Amino acid sequence: MTYGYTGKIAEVDLSTGEIKDLKLSDDILKTYVGGRGLGTKILWDRLGKKWREVDPLGPENMFLALTGPLTGYIYGMRVCGTGKSPLSNGIVGSTAAGEFPMELKTAGYDGVIAKGKSEKPVYILATDDGVEIRDASKIWGKGMETVLEINKEVRGLLHERKPNFGLQKEPAMLYIGRAGESMVRNAAVMQKWTHACGYGGYGALMGSKNLKAIVAKGSGALPDVYDQEMLTDLINKSWSAQFENPQSRIWGTAAMGYTVGAASSAEPVRNWQEEWHDKKTTGIIHLETRNWVKRYWSDYGCCKSCMKISCVKSGPLKGAITDSPDYELEAYCGTNFGIFDTDGIVYMSALIDDLGMSGINTANTMAFAAELFQRGILTKDDLGGVEPNWGDPKAMTELAELIVTRRAIGDVLAEGTYRAALKISEMKGVDTLQYAVQFKGIEVGAHGIRTGSHFPYLGYALSVQGGDHTSIPRPPSGEARSTIGDSLVYCTMSGPPGLRGIEWDFFKAVTGWDMTAEEWTNVNGRRIIQMQRAVLLIGGPDIVWETDVHDDNPPRWYEPLPSGPYKGSAPNRDELMEQRKEAYLAFGWDENGIPTSKELNSLGLGDVDKALDAIRL
Amino acid sequence: MRVTKPWIIRDYINCSGCRLCEIACSLKNEGRIWPEASRIRVFMLVPGAEIPHTCAQCSNYPCVEACPVQALSVNEETGAVDVDAEKCIACGACIRECPGEVPHMHPEKNHILICDLCGGDPECVKACSYNCISLGTRSSSINYDLYSIKPEVLTKNLAISLYGERGEELTK
Repeated sequence: MTYGYTGKIAEVDLSTGEIKDLKLSDDILKTYVGGRGLGTKILWDRLGKKWREVDPLGPENMFLALTGPLTGYIYGMRVCGTGKSPLSNGIVGSTAAGEFPMELKTAGYDGVIAKGKSEKPVYILATDDGVEIRDASKIWGKGMETVLEINKEVRGLLHERKPNFGLQKEPAMLYIGRAGESMVRNAAVMQKWTHACGYGGYGALMGSKNLKAIVAKGSGALPDVYDQEMLTDLINKSWSAQFENPQSRIWGTAAMGYTVGAASSAEPVRNWQEEWHDKKTTGIIHLETRNWVKRYWSDYGCCKSCMKISCVKSGPLKGAITDSPDYELEAYCGTNFGIFDTDGIVYMSALIDDLGMSGINTANTMAFAAELFQRGILTKDDLGGVEPNWGDPKAMTELAELIVTRRAIGDVLAEGTYRAALKISEMKGVDTLQYAVQFKGIEVGAHGIRTGSHFPYLGYALSVQGGDHTSIPRPPSGEARSTIGDSLVYCTMSGPPGLRGIEWDFFKAVTGWDMTAEEWTNVNGRRIIQMQRAVLLIGGPDIVWETDVHDDNPPRWYEPLPSGPYKGSAPNRDELMEQRKEAYLAFGWDENGIPTSKELNSLGLGDVDKALDAIRL
Repeated sequence: MRVTKPWIIRDYINCSGCRLCEIACSLKNEGRIWPEASRIRVFMLVPGAEIPHTCAQCSNYPCVEACPVQALSVNEETGAVDVDAEKCIACGACIRECPGEVPHMHPEKNHILICDLCGGDPECVKACSYNCISLGTRSSSINYDLYSIKPEVLTKNLAISLYGERGEELTK
């Protein structure tokens, strides 16, 4: 008996309307577990042979929404969205917090795979009664109202089907906003208004399929577990540990908004032209006292509540609703736009959420455009009359609208920072890649490297998920550790203090399988990373990464920091290239950065090895 | 000595939406995590306006009155409504008579679910670390009937309290 899994994944062909259950062997589940790992395996098996030809925004690509064996049992619930990334042409495991995975699992599914393309806007609904495809024409074009309208519709439907049950709770859903609908390449997959699978561009992938949402409402129990008593003890232990440390719950990462900029000099300021500021107006105390209308906001089973609900209550930006914002969005929707007040930051975060953009990725592209405007490379004419001046939330709103409607240069910016830079360089005869801060098509997280003390120098350059700040190779184990939370699928931010490694105890209690952190890092996690590296390098169809050029930092990050306590600091590129050679070796890659046959065969990836022959020199 | 009865005090604005109450309730009553079998259910009809929904023990117990087979009774010690699952015919009369539509059916078994206050020491309260639900004693000066109220109504109130006019628009 397989514990902790429902045992089936719904596979929905949106072209034909065919819906079937995918059942996976214990062997595959034990090896790849769930989420990012399992998604990588499924994508490789289905698309690996023709990877380079698969258009990420074509019907042959698939969007996977996957839970993991710990989802629901352990504190901090997340879901992993994946597919062939429209940004990197590789695979990104992109997770978001929220109740969707709980509803999906209690409806009897470990995941949903959406393939093909629907003719008209639809949503997928998973309930106790199975999976169905429903019309979404009326909600196409909507943002946060999507959640409220689907809530009403599905509650009504379930009430009709089970009139005697009593009040029906709301379903939970993954959905896209207008950005995903317009296939803005870095659009997010949203959950409960403010939570996003941001990295990877999977909102665009859903949009390309005319798939507005995947909705779930279950009424069953979570699947049977191997040892319920052990599990209940672990649950109580992790709750107690969290409750004893209330301070860890007060701020979430929002407290870093001022701190990282002022102290670490690693925060994007006006598209990374600077990484330092000393504007105390962005500080947590202002959010706490002015904007937070709910101080503790959680997702199912989370005893930490690092999220808070923020509003702008008065003034010209009144009416904005978002969460914290957490550090990433404080930076990207704040200092990155030259906005240094919390009303402005909350407003921009809310706008990005409502449009279904990625707060990190699309905001990176917007600030890239704003810098090109600052430098006179893009003119008011190019920008369809918009003047994206730093610090002006209304102008940034118009810029976002330009992108989401693909009007004027918005059509180019909607392709994400890297592709836009290539196109604009060609249009203007100026090298704009020097202003594009991204890695392999994935716009970078809000953590700079130039001081040498915040994030590792080659952290993003060698990541299989490009600019994703949650997937960074760190010595000695490389990037494998980042696959744990994404594959067991839970929130690594909500772990109670002092209980490091407890996830493997949960894993044992739920599945009955033995796994250690060491084994995961050296074998299972490493295998996932090698597969992701392989597809990233195979890439295509529009862009293929060259390791020599693209396993590197963008030009801006070799410019000395212009201000702050770390003024003048920058990595030495020659030294980094030496370090890169060592890293390749440690990761089991050859001198060109391609996983070696020996490494792949030792992990049982003979077919991946064969596929890589095509790109080996 | 005056005998006091327990009551779960609710301060809805404090609900974080963590649902630890649902987990604790279902672990106690079902031996596993089962949100829809929990006797307290958190509604999130509008994100941010989470409403833990559970029995408020009305003064006149309309659900008990409505039961055609006397499957419901008032526990003398706690004042909670006890369900006799053997007798219950799952007709739904108690749901219809409850001003807050609080009771709901067990998702798999053929009987209604109503909070029994865990005999006076509710697990949900122990799991709540945000003072959203806490344990108090019933007082004759409060009319607890007011707390038997549909989550839709509370959601609208709370959304307006949190989001102001925008909350009004969103809950139209």
